[in-house]
Amino acid sequence: MSDFVSGFWNIYVIVIVLVSILACALLLYMQGKATFTPGKTMGHVWDETLEEYNNPMPKWWSWLFVFTVIFSLVYLVLYPGLGDFKGVLGWTQYGAHKAEVEKMDAAVKPLFDKYMAMDVKAVAGDKQAMEMGKRLYLTYCMQCHGADARGAKGFPNLTDTDWQYGGEPDQIKETIANGRMGVMPPHEQLGADGIKDLANYVRSLSGLPNDSVRSAKGKEAFASAGCVGCHGMDAKGMAAVGAPNLTDKVWLYGSSEATISETIAKGRQNQMPAWKEFLGDAKVHLLAAYVISLSQGAK
Amino acid sequence: MLKHEQIEKSVGLLIVLTLLVVSIGGLLEIVPLFFQKSTTAPVEGTKPYDAVRLVGRDVYVREGCYLCHSQMIRPFRAETERYGHYSVAGEFVYDHPFQWGSKRTGPDIHRVGGRYSDEWQRAHLMNPRDVVPESNMPAFAFLADKKAKDTVGADVVAKMELMRGYANARGIPTYSDEEIKGAKAAIGDKTEMDVLIAYLQGMGTALKNVK
Repeated sequence: MSDFVSGFWNIYVIVIVLVSILACALLLYMQGKATFTPGKTMGHVWDETLEEYNNPMPKWWSWLFVFTVIFSLVYLVLYPGLGDFKGVLGWTQYGAHKAEVEKMDAAVKPLFDKYMAMDVKAVAGDKQAMEMGKRLYLTYCMQCHGADARGAKGFPNLTDTDWQYGGEPDQIKETIANGRMGVMPPHEQLGADGIKDLANYVRSLSGLPNDSVRSAKGKEAFASAGCVGCHGMDAKGMAAVGAPNLTDKVWLYGSSEATISETIAKGRQNQMPAWKEFLGDAKVHLLAAYVISLSQGAK
Repeated sequence: MLKHEQIEKSVGLLIVLTLLVVSIGGLLEIVPLFFQKSTTAPVEGTKPYDAVRLVGRDVYVREGCYLCHSQMIRPFRAETERYGHYSVAGEFVYDHPFQWGSKRTGPDIHRVGGRYSDEWQRAHLMNPRDVVPESNMPAFAFLADKKAKDTVGADVVAKMELMRGYANARGIPTYSDEEIKGAKAAIGDKTEMDVLIAYLQGMGTALKNVK
């Protein structure tokens, strides 16, 4: 309330607040002065027996009103409310939020400090750290990677040992902190037939059923259309650019001939958002450890 | 001095006095907000919605997203940890009407901008359960069928002129003639889903999460 465009509004608020509180007090006082004749009806009768009297309010009720008047005045002294006056307690909504955050941060800081000093792999073996990691994961990561971390179409499964950008602790931390941009360019220039040939060749790489005539033609296209630039001569992918290994059984978008053809023709674009600014280093560290723990024991 | 009985028996007087009493709250709690800098001046980094986001916002309003999603992060740790920096009034100066909402059947989405990839937003709108199996949000696949220029974008120039009028009246930055002239071209062949995603991805990005 400290940034009115002119001082008028400051006075405006103070005057209306105080006048209305005083008016309430005055009304109470006048009601207290009013005289009543107990037992005299107002002359209205309903349903033959229901009569209206004019009795004073119960005393406890009047005192409640008196209490609200006193409460409002005390409140306005302690808390902001009277125009620019900040209240003697100096309370603000933002200050209350800051205090709440600082109190909690101070309480958890020793824990985060302890884990920050540990190696990511060591943190992954710490039971308490992994409970914390799981909570962080369920708050920030499950929307894309799923509550069970098995991912969805276009969003990687974190429980296997296949890594698009590398599975070393530093690579995972980099992925979480700064995000990744996955871009597979479209190749519509290959034509419907060429794309089908290539899709059959890609299926043959991981031993999926395919048309051998088409996949033989696709093999040439794989080298000539630039696929090797990202996926490599051996089609085992390249973590530096996030190009997936085509010879394994892990498929981000699906392995059917139609889906692979669509991937080749239209390309794919997806993004892992950067979390460094939002989460800070300590939580990224813990999450990286949690992600590693997810794939432990997986083949 | 007026007696209670006199007021009660004269309907005209009763109406006038009742209106007077109930207006005090509004005079105190609403009117001064129009003369406060924190509620009328844009927060640094807040810009008028560009043509695409402006019509995307209209899809948001038309589909009633505000019925289940709020755009109001309160200053409590539990909310700022999950959603990001609490919302401040100066972020909403270009919202006519604002979309704060009042019920969270789904999560708050004031800082959803950049939180997920465009592809996630698309998959999620097509069928939320494809990415979040537990979700009870309806699918909005039909948004991909219509071109924005035929529906929400048809009168984009008039909308921008109107927004410019609001902003000029309050003396805050607004659209240039070129931006308004290029509005139709900016929307182009985008579907209603495309423009909605553009709106979502720009949401709440003016104020960075301060850690």
